[in-house]
This record gives sequence, structure tokens and C-alpha cells, in this order.
Amino acid sequence: MAKPIAVYNDVHKSFGEVEVLKGIDLEIAPAEKVALIGPSGSGKTTIIRMLMTLEQPTSGTIVVDGQYLWHMEKNGELVPANEKHLRQVRGDIGMVFQHFNLFPHMSILENCMVAPINVKGVPKKEARQRSVEMLEKVGLGDKLDDYPSQLSGGQKQRVAMARALVMRPKIMLFDEVTSALDPELVGEVLEVIRDIAREGEMAMVLVTHEMDFARDIADRVVFLDEGRIAEQGTPEQVLENSESERLNSFLSRFRS
Amino acid sequence: MTWNWNYVVESLPAIFQGMWITLGLTIACYLFAMLFGFVWTFVRRIPWRPLQMIIAFIMEFIRSTPPLVQLFFLYYAWPMVPYVGLTLDPITVAIIGLGVHFSTYIAEIYRSGIESIDKGQWEAATALNLSLKDKWTKIILPQAIPPTIPMLGNYLIIMFKEVPLTSTIGVAGMLHMANNFGSKNFAYLEPLTLVAVFFLVMSYPTAVLFRKLEQRMNRRFDKNNPTGKIDKGVVT
Repeated sequence: MAKPIAVYNDVHKSFGEVEVLKGIDLEIAPAEKVALIGPSGSGKTTIIRMLMTLEQPTSGTIVVDGQYLWHMEKNGELVPANEKHLRQVRGDIGMVFQHFNLFPHMSILENCMVAPINVKGVPKKEARQRSVEMLEKVGLGDKLDDYPSQLSGGQKQRVAMARALVMRPKIMLFDEVTSALDPELVGEVLEVIRDIAREGEMAMVLVTHEMDFARDIADRVVFLDEGRIAEQGTPEQVLENSESERLNSFLSRFRS
Repeated sequence: MTWNWNYVVESLPAIFQGMWITLGLTIACYLFAMLFGFVWTFVRRIPWRPLQMIIAFIMEFIRSTPPLVQLFFLYYAWPMVPYVGLTLDPITVAIIGLGVHFSTYIAEIYRSGIESIDKGQWEAATALNLSLKDKWTKIILPQAIPPTIPMLGNYLIIMFKEVPLTSTIGVAGMLHMANNFGSKNFAYLEPLTLVAVFFLVMSYPTAVLFRKLEQRMNRRFDKNNPTGKIDKGVVT
């Protein structure tokens, strides 16, 4: 395996008294597509939220592209990262949320342009061009000046993907991106993710309940159970040929 | 005693003179309160418990004491406080006194506006790696401010109506001038009625103006809703 783009090292996370992650060791290779599956409460969303710096690990380390995420080195010692350090490392990471979280006061074009201009200092004209291209790619080239409130859930989620992709992250995180959608809109969103995955270069971590989709695009499927990685392997190994009772009882709920 | 139109006309110059003081003072107090409200709001957000408790206590103290007492204290008592005491002219006392008093209410409005913004907006801004400054100025405040406009407008009108309190420390506003004029002639009916009418004439259009302003701000955010009127039933 090539030098990993992200490494979790014995990561624990507690919310108050409740320990939701009980020691996660996980490596993600560049361009690897990893699907995180597991029952609700198993901690899969927390794993990617820590990588996006939205939750701080209680203990353990996360390394992104060779740099500590939540720590920085000072006189040979690891100290908690400050905002400046977090900003520097998190520039490699993008995320799409379950509830889209578009900015309602901006047109969808502005939603895509705000970060390249203000974070990366991309000239306005170029940011606009990149955003238009990306919105065309997700099939919304004719909606540039619409506001989020005018779009369907599936369209909103595609805007959210374009907005994240314009920043050209090395890792993209998808947090149950189809869970809040009406069933008939799920397909269009998965189709876009499939396209992005096919292009290849970017690592992707997907928290999902769409097993067929996971089988289709993931290089590796990771099954989480009660805050630990219980099984992992290729989609065939995990989704079809596992002997784990917990995993099979979980999977049986998705078979009709 | 009967209504005398000639006397009405005679009293107008004095009342107009006072009106400018009242209006100017209202605007000065309001601007002071809006700016100082920001200070309260942001200092309270500093995540350090003791500071938050001290600020909360001071704000509660200011809100729970009558503005008239605060004005009297600043004007008559403050100069006698050793070391930090200062003699201030009535206008300055009025601006600071009423400004600080109402800033505590306005801070509360800002806070409610900021807290009404969904956590997901902060998270999306973090995921896009926006700086703290950009998060505030580009994402949070543009969404937090418009819904607070009607409440801010209410406070402008409330402050306008509280400004006559300052006549007690000698600010020559509209009420003060009308009262002086009345006492000179031993006839209060016309000047004081005029004062009441002027307050009404200025308060009402201000309320309408703020309603229009709010609709305009909403319209900017929502092209689906060209009237800008808030309809909570609309699916977003």
C-alpha cells in the first residue's frame, strides 16, 4: 500500500460518559474508496467528523498526509493543535453532509465560489469558472443563479458536492448523504458520486446504508460495531462471504 | 379653558427646537446601544466561565435598574465617586446612560439571532476551511441579522419614547421645551398635546419603515418569495 493519506491511531471518542469509539486503527490510501457501514450508534459518522475537525478525539492521533491533525509538534512534544494548524491541515479534506448545509442566503454559484475566493485566494473570475464547470458536472449548469430554497433535496445535495469539490480536496467525506432524501431522488445523487469515484484521484470515505452502492464503488468496506472495527475487507469479503454473526445479522436487514 | 390655535402656532418654534435635540439624541443613543450591544454579545461568547458569569451579572444589573435611576446616578452621583468620578454634561450622560441601558436588550436580540443559525451552517463553513472572520461576516451574520430587524426597530421606537426621561437632568428636548413654554404662559394644553402628536407622527412611520426594510432583506435571500413576507409554511 502506498503511503497512506490518512491514519487513525488508537482513536477514542467519548461524549460525556458514553464512549462511542473504543480504539480505532484505520489507514486510508490515496485514491482509496472506503465505505463505512454499521448499525446506528456504532460511531461511523463520528469517525469522519473527527477527520473534518468537527469533533475532537478524546485520545489517540490522526495523521493526514504526513501531518498530525489534532496535534502539532512543539520542541519535540505533541501539543494540541491551534486553529491555525487545523486550518492548514484540513485544507486537504472536504465533506458532504446528510442535511446538505448549503448557505441559504447565497445563490448556488455563490455557494461554490465563497471558499475558493476567501480561503485559497483564487481570483474571482477563475473561481467562477471552476464553480460553473463543477455545477455543470453535477448536472446543475442551468441553475447557477437559483437559491437553495428553490431546489429539490437531490439537487441541493449535488450542489453541496460541487461546493466541496471546487476546493479540490485530497479526501472527500460523505456523511449519509442520501439519508435525508426522498427515495426517488437517491439515484441521481449516487450517480454523481459514482462519477466522482471513477475519476479516481481523490480518496473517499463514505458513511452509507446503501449496500449495493457500497459494493459497487468501494475498494474496501469497513464494518463498525459498538465503537470498534469489527470486520473489514473487499466488498465481496465483507458483504457476501463473512462468517461474523453480528455482520450477517446487520446485513440481513438490507436484504429483501 | 379652550383650544387656542394661535397659541399652538406660537409654541411651535420652541417645540421644533426641542424636537431636533430629541431626534438627535435618539439616534446617538441608538447607535451607541447597537455598537455596545455587539461588545456584550461577543465578550459573552468568550468560552471562559468566570468572565461569562461576570458579564451576565452586569447585564442583569443594568437591565433590572430603572433608566431614570441610572441617569440620576451618572449625572449627580458619578462626579462624587473618588478617583474615577467625572462630571459630564447632560447630553453625554444621556447618550451613555440610555445607550448602555438599551445595549443590554439589544445584545439579547443579537444573541437570539446568532443562536437561531443552524449548527450545520457553522460545520459547513468549517468544512470549507473558512477563517473565523469569514464565518462571521459571510455566513453567520448575513443570516442572523435580517430576522432581528423588526425587534431592533421596536427598540428604536422604545428608546425614542424614553428619551424624554433626560429632561430630568436638563436636556432641552421636545418635552422640556414644551413644558418651559407652557409654564411661561400658564397654559400647558396646546404644547403638551403637540408633543404627544409629534411622538406619534414620528413613531408610526418608523415602524412601517422597519417592516419594509425587513421584507427587503428577506427578498434578497429568497428569490422564490418576491414579496419578502415570511411564510413559515414554505418548504425550504
